[in-house]
Amino acid sequence: MQKIEAVIQPSKLDAVKDALVEIGVDGMTILEARGHGRQKGHTEVYRGREYSVDLLPKVKLEIVVTDEMVDRAVSAIIASARTGTIGDGKIFISKIDEAIRIRNDERGEIAL
Amino acid sequence: MRVAVVKVFLAFLLVLGVGGPMLAGQAALAQAPAATAPLSQEDRLATVEKQTASNATAIAAAQTSGDNGWMLVSAALVLMMSGPGLALFYGGLVRKKNVLGTMMQTFAMMAMVTVLWALVSYSLAFGQGNAFIGGFHNAFLRGVGLAPDPAYAATIPLQTFMVYQLMFAIITPALITGAFAERMKFSSMLVFMALWSLVIYSPMAHMVWGKGGLLNAAQGGWLPCLDFAGGTVVHVTSGVSALVTAIYLGKRLGYPKEPMPPHSVVLSFIGACLLWVGWFGFNAGSALSAGTLATSAFVATHFGAAAAAIGWSAAEWMRQGKASALGAISGAVAGLVAITPAAGFVTPISALWIGLMAGVFCYLMVVKVKAWFGYDDSLDAFGVHGAGGTLGAILTGIFANSAINPIFGAGKATGLLEGNWRQLLNQIGGVAIAWTISIVGTLIILFVVDKTMGLRVSEDEERDGLDLSQHGEEGYDWAH
Repeated sequence: MQKIEAVIQPSKLDAVKDALVEIGVDGMTILEARGHGRQKGHTEVYRGREYSVDLLPKVKLEIVVTDEMVDRAVSAIIASARTGTIGDGKIFISKIDEAIRIRNDERGEIAL
Repeated sequence: MRVAVVKVFLAFLLVLGVGGPMLAGQAALAQAPAATAPLSQEDRLATVEKQTASNATAIAAAQTSGDNGWMLVSAALVLMMSGPGLALFYGGLVRKKNVLGTMMQTFAMMAMVTVLWALVSYSLAFGQGNAFIGGFHNAFLRGVGLAPDPAYAATIPLQTFMVYQLMFAIITPALITGAFAERMKFSSMLVFMALWSLVIYSPMAHMVWGKGGLLNAAQGGWLPCLDFAGGTVVHVTSGVSALVTAIYLGKRLGYPKEPMPPHSVVLSFIGACLLWVGWFGFNAGSALSAGTLATSAFVATHFGAAAAAIGWSAAEWMRQGKASALGAISGAVAGLVAITPAAGFVTPISALWIGLMAGVFCYLMVVKVKAWFGYDDSLDAFGVHGAGGTLGAILTGIFANSAINPIFGAGKATGLLEGNWRQLLNQIGGVAIAWTISIVGTLIILFVVDKTMGLRVSEDEERDGLDLSQHGEEGYDWAH
């Protein structure tokens, strides 16, 4: 099992969600987030005073999938979230030791 | 078949509805000649006299109804400028941890100044007194009944005049709160404002509008100063006191290094639009009647606001490359401030000029001058109200027109453009007096309150925000 964390543009959330459901990813967690990578921020001006806003609104999507699914899920996210401009986001992948379903104590891949 | 029945029924109704009254009218006509008996000359004269007297009463009652109707609506409109208008305008400009604290400062004025007004401050402003302040004759609203006082407004109940003026007394201290936003103790703020209302507002209102006031142009004051709806009384006093308070209190923690952008320009936008609408009550209501003068004040108000929104936006567009929503609404408010003393004295085209100048001038005050001097007038109470009020009061002396308001007598020159250059000097004199009383009075009050109970919240309380530290609640609780 592996966890895929993808930070994406909020406007791309629906497209990414649909693409993941299509390849058979059942569960996901969505977090509203703020942050920046190389994109940095922009400047806002209120009554002549400039404020640089460097934390931009993003969506962070977390899914845990079986090892075989990882590549397909990653390509689905890339294909649906990419606009080709700075600020499209990043994907991080990590190992997951255990998954437990709270309702019936199922463990391992069956709990996903 | 059924349709025919309905038609007959409708025709029957028509005959009843139209024919009935006609028949009755004919019957009355037929009876009329029988009622005339020969009348003596005196009887007929007495009838005519009685008729004339009752006509005069009816005409006076009708005018009172008309004028009073407009004045009650105006009073309500001016209250709407404080809450929700100003509360939203200022509330949106602070950080979100201070939104309720800021709104409460304005709302507290709605409650506290009202009580003070009833007890003593109405009497100090509009009661009989000397050239500088009224006396205590009307304390506890004694003698303020439903009969008009012709010295103020001959066609509306004195109580209407009193409650209308109260709404001005509420919003004026509320305007100052923009200068010390996000850092003043609620308790000290209440004491400061109560004293300010008594020591600065009441005397200034008395001098400009009260019986025998030093600057009262309508009642032959020593230095007749034109101030239709409160350019000096409301905006210069509040704006200048705001500057003094901002400097005395010092900057907010972290200003100007930390970013302190408005937390919701949307709230400010709604507030500013409510202010614009409410201002019709403020200025057109200051005619104290529903006559033609109210119309010219209404029109001038609207034109001044529109031109100033364009002036501020254009200046911002040229300097920063974009016209912002906050800039446009700030410009409109600046224009409304500047046209306040002039409305009711100037033509619509003069109002456009006054508004345009105020928009550009206040923009420069807020963006340039504040940065040069480095004071933290947090929400620009001075930059908009002090600067706009001063400019408007002076421009009134230039643009005032006897065709709009022959305040010095029909055909007598009123403003500089008509050849009365003295009026410009009078206006400057009036402004100077308003500046002086505001600076000296505010400094004394600040000193007294500072030494007895302290003015600022502690650093920790300031970091937590006024909502939590002063009121024990939060404006936004997204978790529930």
